[in-house]
Amino acid sequence: MEKQLLRFKVNGDEYEVYINPKTLLAEVIRDHLGFTGTKRGCETVSCGACTVNVNGFSVKSCSVLAIQCQDMDVTTVEGLEKNGKLSPIQRAFLDNGSYQCGFCTPGMLMSSTAFLEELKGEVPTEEKIRESIEGNVCRCTGYNSIVRAIDAVAQGKYKEE
Amino acid sequence: MINDFHYLKPASLKEALAMYAEHDDCKVICGGQSLLIVMRQGMVAPEYLLDIKHVKELSYIKFDEKDGLRIGATTTHREIEKSDIIAKKYPVLVAMEEKLASIQTRNWGTIGGNLAHADPAGDPGPVLIALNAEIKFGNSGGEKVVPLDEFFVDYFETQMEHGDLVLEVHVPTPEPKFGCAYQKFNLLDSDMGIVAAAASVTLNADGTCKDARIVLGNAGPIPLRVTKAEDLLKGKKLDDALFAQAGTIASEECAPVADIHASEEHRRHVLGVLTKRMLKKAFEQAQKSA
Repeated sequence: MEKQLLRFKVNGDEYEVYINPKTLLAEVIRDHLGFTGTKRGCETVSCGACTVNVNGFSVKSCSVLAIQCQDMDVTTVEGLEKNGKLSPIQRAFLDNGSYQCGFCTPGMLMSSTAFLEELKGEVPTEEKIRESIEGNVCRCTGYNSIVRAIDAVAQGKYKEE
Repeated sequence: MINDFHYLKPASLKEALAMYAEHDDCKVICGGQSLLIVMRQGMVAPEYLLDIKHVKELSYIKFDEKDGLRIGATTTHREIEKSDIIAKKYPVLVAMEEKLASIQTRNWGTIGGNLAHADPAGDPGPVLIALNAEIKFGNSGGEKVVPLDEFFVDYFETQMEHGDLVLEVHVPTPEPKFGCAYQKFNLLDSDMGIVAAAASVTLNADGTCKDARIVLGNAGPIPLRVTKAEDLLKGKKLDDALFAQAGTIASEECAPVADIHASEEHRRHVLGVLTKRMLKKAFEQAQKSA
């Protein structure tokens, strides 16, 4: 199978990788580039552990062909930290204990980051917050603390450091 | 494990149609939110994969008072969900999209891909048929427009043949005194419907029923129209008794299969209840609309 050149940005850096066109975005991110923060869970677009943001939109990287991200801008959980400082939603997760085993956390962080950016300062209802993580499953049932963390950031309690 | 394939990336619609015509064992991918799952299971293993995700000519939402709504095939579900004009003119489409899979899937998956995949449990099919939509598809030799309720042929099969791409969905401007409602029955909001029902009602100036459509989801091999119940309503002054009667007909006329999620009997029952409720909701909307 002839390999294809994939040129794209991950967490602000340019990458060029030669891949078999069937390679999934989650495989390129984890196995080719070594960003193992992105988790592979169900592999059937159900659990959301593999969520990354492509051009600002959350997608499930287990079910996106990497080659379709040509020239696009991908952010993984490793890209949320800026200059060694955690992002507001990361700090809110820490303060609210929004994780137990941690497997869903990278996906939860990416979905909530996309949601908070979309809000543009508007304060959401709890229902809207819950809808924003509808595509992410947490099997430790820690949803309430995750909702509290997203709410705290949406209320402006955490600023970019 | 996904089987190896040759990757084809056309730069334009014209090139996409030419490439598709040239390659026999070829599948089309757009968002791939349905296709990649079956490819990973090995159920679909084409030699060539034609990627039309980047064909921008097919990504648009246009509305004109006279002509109605036109949505290009590569428009994502999320673009439909977030469209102001669709929210204003066809709120049922936005409500349907908000419950379609998850945000991540809607961000990458497309309306054309959903309809071409022809899963009878898909959400857009029943709603668009209730809205009297048409679909345009075509190949390098020409285009064809058919009513959406004639497009689906069987489980995962449509009228399209090799070389055909979905191009556009056209939804006419609703007539005055029109209402349309859709609900699916499931345990998790973001799941596929165990069953679903869409209904639309158009009223005459005197309040009698001018037209009605009832379309069931996951109730048979294709989105299923219950014409027998539709005929019952036409020309009549609508009331709860008629909606209940239409629901009974729907539960008799549907052809659901039993699976791990629900028995056939349970599905028939819920389809009857949903039909009754959606007709009432559509009727009340029609009464209120100008």
